[in-house]
Amino acid sequence: MGRTDLPEEETTSTGHQNASRRRAEMRVRPTGAILPPANIQGNALMVVIAIMAFLACLTLGAVSMVRATAAGWQSQISREITIQIKPADGLDMDAALKKARDLALTFVGTKSGTIMDDAATARLLEPWLGADLQLDELPVPRLVIVTIDESNPPDFEGMRALLKTELPQAFLDDHRTWVDRLVSMARTTVWIGTGVLILVFTAMILTVIFATRGALSGNRHIVEVLHFVGAERTFVAQEFQKHFLKISLKGSAVGSVLAALLFATASLWQSSSRATPESEQAMALFGSFTIGWSGYLGILATMLIIALLTTLTARFTVMRTIDEIDLVRSDPSRSDGLPPS
Amino acid sequence: MIHFENVGLRYGMGPEILRDMTFDIPKRSFQFLTGPSGAGKTTLLRLLFMSLNPTRGIIRMFGRDLSQIPRDEFPMLRRRVGIVFQDFRLLDHLTTYENVALPLRVRGKDEVSYRNDVIDLLKWVGLGERINVLPAILSGGEKQRAAIARALMDRPEILLADEPTGNVDPPMARRLLSLFMELNRLGTAVVIATHDLALMDQVDARRMILTEGRLDIYE
Repeated sequence: MGRTDLPEEETTSTGHQNASRRRAEMRVRPTGAILPPANIQGNALMVVIAIMAFLACLTLGAVSMVRATAAGWQSQISREITIQIKPADGLDMDAALKKARDLALTFVGTKSGTIMDDAATARLLEPWLGADLQLDELPVPRLVIVTIDESNPPDFEGMRALLKTELPQAFLDDHRTWVDRLVSMARTTVWIGTGVLILVFTAMILTVIFATRGALSGNRHIVEVLHFVGAERTFVAQEFQKHFLKISLKGSAVGSVLAALLFATASLWQSSSRATPESEQAMALFGSFTIGWSGYLGILATMLIIALLTTLTARFTVMRTIDEIDLVRSDPSRSDGLPPS
Repeated sequence: MIHFENVGLRYGMGPEILRDMTFDIPKRSFQFLTGPSGAGKTTLLRLLFMSLNPTRGIIRMFGRDLSQIPRDEFPMLRRRVGIVFQDFRLLDHLTTYENVALPLRVRGKDEVSYRNDVIDLLKWVGLGERINVLPAILSGGEKQRAAIARALMDRPEILLADEPTGNVDPPMARRLLSLFMELNRLGTAVVIATHDLALMDQVDARRMILTEGRLDIYE
């Protein structure tokens, strides 16, 4: 557009060269944000996001700890099988134990067999039957412990059938019941953890929706001006999401770092107080507090997921709200006759 | 460029505010839209800006029937229309320069590509020395000129102005009018909604008079 016949102030122009020189001299301040950060009340939201991130990371760490502990137990249990021989009239227990061990070792996938001797059996029963136990006086079942190759386990059904035929008093325990229970416990823990994570994320999304709607409402005049200068809703959404990305990154970083510090401190305490009763009890109850690099990577991933989730929620909320505003603004049957302001 | 055919509009279940509007706004035309307060001038401007849908009738903008256009295409059409409000609607936290550059910013243009154009335009409307000033410091006339500059920034095909001289003194009103006429001379169609008879008497232009929801046009 040629800018000629200037209004009164501009009639003093002294030609193109002078104008160019003056323009060069003009300094424009760095362009300000369309949506000033002060217009978004983000402190409360940042604290909420930090708390949610902390809870999410704590849940993630706890689940991975339980899974690791259960996996350890499961591995220990499934490395061995037990043959139990019940006493019976006329049964030579020592011979039966040896026979059971030899029969078991004939199967591919078994590594070694150990007969639990009298002393070991007495030690095993000591908590219930006292120290001076005479095994000959009681019909106590005896055990053969067979270690197996975890990656190539023997044919348990075949072994069970052979023992039943050759030694009817023998009973094979492949610990499957315990393994199944542990697997089930670990799975339940993962489901509970996933449920908690879903609840945390849902609460966070709802909080962000409320915060975004509040921010939109507080900045309605800016949204209106953007509408009048032809801004698309994606542009407006981008302006809002920039702020929410910053808020969520700060909040989730604080929460995640606190959770990581908590795990690191607990792990440090456990390793420094090893062999003390407190540490032993905590170890028995929770397993090791160490979450490893994968755990810390999980915490980092949780932090990024929370930031992404917040940003996307803000974006979609803004776009949806602008759609609603547009719809109400343009529909005279839903309008009171005044331009929305 | 713009064609209204039997357009009517009512808010909610109320009476028709605008009735049987049939008119054209040709390219490069200059017209006043006038009528008593409450006659529907602002509503008609909102229809022209595609910010409001009619209850009945057909509106064609730039050769396209608005009822057939998907909603997400409206921002692109609005970019071909500049609008100026009586209350300026400048953003208080942005300088004059930033307010005027806003239409180009929302189009995703790089500041380097438009900086000189914005400064030239600000000089053209007499705000060359006020580029770094916040709206709170500007006078009413300066704010109105900044709002006009913002509306013109992306070279619209039509400029809609709602009571642009309502908040300025008569000498400033005359200067603003000369600005609109100059703009029209350069090829932009202009619609000025006003009830300032003195202002209209200064120009021999088409008059669109709204009375009780009906439109009479005096060429």
